[in-house]
Amino acid sequence: MPKIIPAPDDLSKPFWDAVNEKRLSVQNCTACDRLQYPPRQTCFACGSAEKLEWKDVEGKGHISTYIVIEDGRLNRRMPDQPYNLALITLDEDTSVNFYSNLPGVPPYEVPVGAAVQVIFEEVGPDQLIHEWQVVD
Amino acid sequence: MATQPYKWRRDTDGLGVWEHRGKVAVAGFGHSPVNRRWDETSMDQTLGAYSMLACKLAMEDAGVTPDQIDGVICCDSHIAGSSGGTASNWAPRPYFDPPYDSEWGLTLVNGDWLVKQLELPNVKYAPSNVPTIGEMLGLAAQSIADGKCTTCLVIYPTGNMEGRYRRGGENAQDHADGARQWTFPWGNHGGNDFINIFPHNQYCLKYGGTHDDVAPFVINQHRNGLLTPWGYNASSGMVQLTEEDYVNSRYILNPLRIFDCDRPVNASAAYLVTTAERARDMKQPPVYVLNHSQHNFTQRTTQPDLDEIEEWTDRAAKRMYEGAGLGPADVDIFNPYDGYSIMSQFFLEAFHWHGVKRGDSFAFYADDIRVEGPHPFSSSGGNLGNGRTRTAMYTDSIEQLRGTAGPRQVTVRAETALAAFTTPSSGGWMMFGKHPS
Repeated sequence: MPKIIPAPDDLSKPFWDAVNEKRLSVQNCTACDRLQYPPRQTCFACGSAEKLEWKDVEGKGHISTYIVIEDGRLNRRMPDQPYNLALITLDEDTSVNFYSNLPGVPPYEVPVGAAVQVIFEEVGPDQLIHEWQVVD
Repeated sequence: MATQPYKWRRDTDGLGVWEHRGKVAVAGFGHSPVNRRWDETSMDQTLGAYSMLACKLAMEDAGVTPDQIDGVICCDSHIAGSSGGTASNWAPRPYFDPPYDSEWGLTLVNGDWLVKQLELPNVKYAPSNVPTIGEMLGLAAQSIADGKCTTCLVIYPTGNMEGRYRRGGENAQDHADGARQWTFPWGNHGGNDFINIFPHNQYCLKYGGTHDDVAPFVINQHRNGLLTPWGYNASSGMVQLTEEDYVNSRYILNPLRIFDCDRPVNASAAYLVTTAERARDMKQPPVYVLNHSQHNFTQRTTQPDLDEIEEWTDRAAKRMYEGAGLGPADVDIFNPYDGYSIMSQFFLEAFHWHGVKRGDSFAFYADDIRVEGPHPFSSSGGNLGNGRTRTAMYTDSIEQLRGTAGPRQVTVRAETALAAFTTPSSGGWMMFGKHPS
């Protein structure tokens, strides 16, 4: 079953445009030297809007922890149950995290602590999302 | 000239002792029956009918008459929200005769509707956009302290109709916009089950233990619920949950089990809040408000982690203790929110109740937390023991301080009580006292 398709808005469009070009690009506050995801109008730490820029990151991370969705509420994903939902911390700034269904990893067999690399997955016409794959 | 919004929240750090400490009191409460769902035919069991009943019982409990009510604070948000789908709205089905000729009274209740139906002649204060019970009692306390009203009904309706709870609306769509674009594609609907299960897993890793170490707490919540006559479990013939039941129950978000989640219900509760001075002349011993505090913390990234949850709950505890002028050793009754069992340990540890520090909760749960014992944690039974009324924590606190909790009455001192419907990120806390200072 296909995943739910993100609907970009003015704030998130640069992020999703980058994803559609198979780049992971997050906000960076040049005043704080901090990365920020999901995008916001202002820097979470200093409140600056002017100092926020988009920055491509390497897309390397680690699995912090995970759950297995067995009875979720999202209709479109119900046929996929049970499926993994892992929490990925970004190596370049571990205060930034992402969700991942860890394609290729069977439910319940998630290697917590393992290194992962961003990949991109098509969820709708001309729309990719960022996913994460365990690095062998 | 535009009217400035009423700033009633105590939601920043360092506010000091609440200037109205002990000057406001709860003088009455009332609960409707608690059904699993409205059966769609019994007009005496609608959300509106149940809210009116709860108000009448609260007034009766306090010994006040309708003409004495000059404030009505009622939460008008539907508990199932925009993801409720068919369970959220009666329409497009045909409405009934007045007063059920619109959504009001069926799926929604507000102050204006109640004032009209209850024929309250002297209400001068019935604000709109009232928050949930997590903040609503704080709003009532501050409003009375600020002189906006003197004798106020505070109502929290929690409706539930046929249809799977929150499995409609935005949860049934193929696209996700707004904040949902960052969670829905991966299967996270954004609720507090998801928000708290990841930090809970990190908690188990950091401090040791496994998810099922919450079992004694969940089982005890069910036990306390069976000692609460108005609650869903006691009034619906539920039997005591056992450890075997718990560890064999199905998963929702593995490791979160079905018994870690509260049960949506159709019910309403009302509280009669007034000035301490007036309360002393009413029917029941006053339960004084020693502080109210709120919080609304912003998460850094996609998913709050354990560090963030612990920081938020520490700050909320500090605000509450500071405003009440009390410390952990002063709190006798502790009724934190348990809508998902995995949240409660974060609150218990932040407030250091009975000396519990970070990482101690599972050992604490394994000790004696029964109401008869030395550590009667969550004597209300909370949502897990009573259904998703989100009010058991407040009612039990009031009853414990009055000394009228019946078989739930604790055997330790009961002169102060902390109660909340809150998540780690947002909501509020109430501190009650048997004495005004």
